[in-house]
Amino acid sequence: MAIIKLRSGNQDMENYKVEKKVENRVPSNEMAHLKLKGLGNPMVEIENLNFFYGEKKALNNINMIIPKHQVTAFIGPSGCGKSTLLRCLNRMNDLVESARMEGAIRIGGRDLHQESENVSVLRKRVGMVFQKFNPFPKTIFENVAYGPKIHGLKNKAKLEEIVENSLKSVALWDEVKDRLNESALALSGGQQQRLCIARAIAVEPEVLLMDEPCSALDPLSTGKIEELVVGLKENYTIVIVTHNMQQAARIADFTGFMLLGDLVEFGPTDRMFTKPNKKETEDYITGRFG
Amino acid sequence: MRAAFKKVWNRGDGFIWLAGAGLSLSLIMTAALLLAIFFNAAQFFWPGETVKLFVEDGRAILGEITGREDIPNPDNPEAPLKYRVQVKQGNRDIHGTDFLWVEESSIKATQLPQDAVVVERREWGNFYGFIKEVRDQGNVLAQGAEKGMKILEELIPVSNDNINAIQKIARKNIGAVNFYMEKNRLELKKLKLEGIDNGKAVEKLRMENDELQNEYKTFEAQLAELRKSQTAEAVFTTINGVEKVIPLSQIIRIYSPNNFGWFDKINFFLVKGWEFISDEPREANTEGGVFPAIFGTVLMVMIMSLMATPLGVLAAFYLREYARQGAMVSAVRIAVNNLAGVPSIVFGVFGVGFFIYFIGGSIDSFFFSEALPTPTYGTGGILWASLTMALLTVPVVIVSTEEGLASVSGGIREASFAVGATKFETTWRVVLPAVMPSILTGLILAMARAAGEVAPLMITGVVKLAPTLPIDGIWPFLHLERKFMHLGFHIYDVGFQSPNVDAARPMVFTTTLLLIGIVLLLNFTAVILRNRLRKKLAVSGV
Ligand SMILES: Nc1ncnc2c1ncn2[C@@H]1O[C@H](COP(=O)(O)OP(=O)(O)O)[C@@H](O)[C@H]1O
Ligand SMILES: [Mg+2]
Repeated sequence: MAIIKLRSGNQDMENYKVEKKVENRVPSNEMAHLKLKGLGNPMVEIENLNFFYGEKKALNNINMIIPKHQVTAFIGPSGCGKSTLLRCLNRMNDLVESARMEGAIRIGGRDLHQESENVSVLRKRVGMVFQKFNPFPKTIFENVAYGPKIHGLKNKAKLEEIVENSLKSVALWDEVKDRLNESALALSGGQQQRLCIARAIAVEPEVLLMDEPCSALDPLSTGKIEELVVGLKENYTIVIVTHNMQQAARIADFTGFMLLGDLVEFGPTDRMFTKPNKKETEDYITGRFG
Repeated sequence: MRAAFKKVWNRGDGFIWLAGAGLSLSLIMTAALLLAIFFNAAQFFWPGETVKLFVEDGRAILGEITGREDIPNPDNPEAPLKYRVQVKQGNRDIHGTDFLWVEESSIKATQLPQDAVVVERREWGNFYGFIKEVRDQGNVLAQGAEKGMKILEELIPVSNDNINAIQKIARKNIGAVNFYMEKNRLELKKLKLEGIDNGKAVEKLRMENDELQNEYKTFEAQLAELRKSQTAEAVFTTINGVEKVIPLSQIIRIYSPNNFGWFDKINFFLVKGWEFISDEPREANTEGGVFPAIFGTVLMVMIMSLMATPLGVLAAFYLREYARQGAMVSAVRIAVNNLAGVPSIVFGVFGVGFFIYFIGGSIDSFFFSEALPTPTYGTGGILWASLTMALLTVPVVIVSTEEGLASVSGGIREASFAVGATKFETTWRVVLPAVMPSILTGLILAMARAAGEVAPLMITGVVKLAPTLPIDGIWPFLHLERKFMHLGFHIYDVGFQSPNVDAARPMVFTTTLLLIGIVLLLNFTAVILRNRLRKKLAVSGV
């Protein structure tokens, strides 16, 4: 892999930020475009984010805005920090002992690291689906009902309703409605991953983080999940990590390209794939490295 | 040559054969051991024929042949082998011993007398002989083998019921009265220790005591009445013509095995087997059943499980989930693993020193000072034995729970955190259920170990004969301070401490078989439970 020295940040985002902060600046074309479409509504704002695993810097001064009710994809070669960035958004990195973060992240206007922030409440607002599908060794029903139960819901009828709705949202209901009390581990891989999505949305999050949700699945199941993701954005803001550029192109409204801990470029997917601003992005997209 | 050998060895066939042979050998050894125990044990209940032997020196012997062995002849190894047979002739009160060896070559003839009977007695072991007559207070009820047998078959069940009634009163009612009298006495003593010699409280206790005395007398009277109602007796003759009068109350059963058909034999076998499991031991444990030992073993294992499982699981969770992994935790882990290999008697000694003398002694001086110097908890008992066994088996539970925890994927923990669960909620609701099969595996191993141990139990509360079970109808029903019986110790006691070794030997096999059976049963239950869980969790699914 060629070592490419990168400048941090990216033009679109900087412009957008400036536009937000200093009203008299002329917004960039893309952001103006966003505004026109009424999509410029930020859900997640990341400011000067640096992230370290011990001494090792994994994210380098990331600035970006993730718009509401859109699918945003992070692409980039493996090890570039996509998962790390994603896991900053629900503070999953708190679990890593040596991890340290600088900068600010706001979701729906709330700072993730403010004193009053409760991680449990945050994770309810920001759900997550993992690369390796990981249903609990419990029944299908218990898997989906787990989150709501954790957050104090005891009413059986209400739980049943939530389970049904969540399973319907991931198009799994018809397949499993007769075997809700069977183990989730008896499902196929694709079904398990959809169950994991159902489990995540059962607590009605605002943001849904997905870390390479299809990398362990066959093409057919992948297609189903992709379809799902596009449908789900109506109700959720989705941030998805993928190393599959075609997948990003198919489902994402916005794409960020990362390299060695930097966010090289971020913008609408169409533009990123047709007219990348950066040489590195173009190289990656055209398959010259990565 | 070497090259050739190396070539063959490297092909791996030799190794496969060797490994296969090793496995077969262990399997065969285990199977042979189990079979030997099983056959020896089964024989014990099987009714043997009563044979009459005519010996060269003019003696006639009546009894059951129980063994045969060759007579070693080191001076002349070329000589043809000679054998001797062991005969159970019973009638210990007459002959002094139950067993007798007869040289096979000296037996001139054998017979199976149809009228020979075996009388199982409450004392002195079996009687072998012939029925002469049955009488009641001087009136002859029947004479001769056939009629006598017939009337005895009617009378013996009645007399057995009577004996059971007597035992029930003696054990249950009088036992309870004694228990409350002792309690009363201690309360009085307690008051006295506090300096209260008279007054209302003392009066009340005295009154209660009088009432108890009265109750005791009524029960005594009832007993006397019941005892008196048994007057019938049977007169037998031995093979040598000696007359023997046996009161009916002494007879448990009478049978003539030479007349048994297959059905009778199987029936007898089942009845005896059941008696062995459900009855109490008689005659220094050489006769009767082993119910108290079964009960004690199972109860001890259960109390042990109740203590060891939570403790082991908590320790494993702390080690694997909460403690900071490092040199310290590794050291603890190694220590725990080694603890599983510490000789069990060491645990026993620790149990005596710590549980019995220190904790038990303290409990006594705080709560049972009125009974001192007689210890209540400051002596061996089922609680201390179970606790000692729990200490002994807790490493097993820790190790297997830890292994289970290590194999619970990090993914499901993350998934739980990701919906907002705390560490505790994740541990409690996701990890614990997932690790349940491993916990059960640990429990199975722990139970097997605890049920089979003898040495530490001998010094922490097991006795050869416990007067009462640790559970009875007297409040608080579970008496953890009581001493108890245990199958493992029973085997040792019966087999190697008995005054009547020949009579007791078959009991060793049956008790061993029973112990194996109980361990298997306990394990089997746990295995079924584990498989159910596994199925529910579909841990092996996909
Ligand atoms: N728990 C961790 N501890 C230390 N380093 C880590 C940890 N997780 C990831 N890293 C490092 O951080 C960098 C980014 O990793 P990651 O975010 O997983 O990349 P991606 O998801 O893009 O493949 C990698 O160099 C990786 O080795
Ligand atoms: Mg990753």
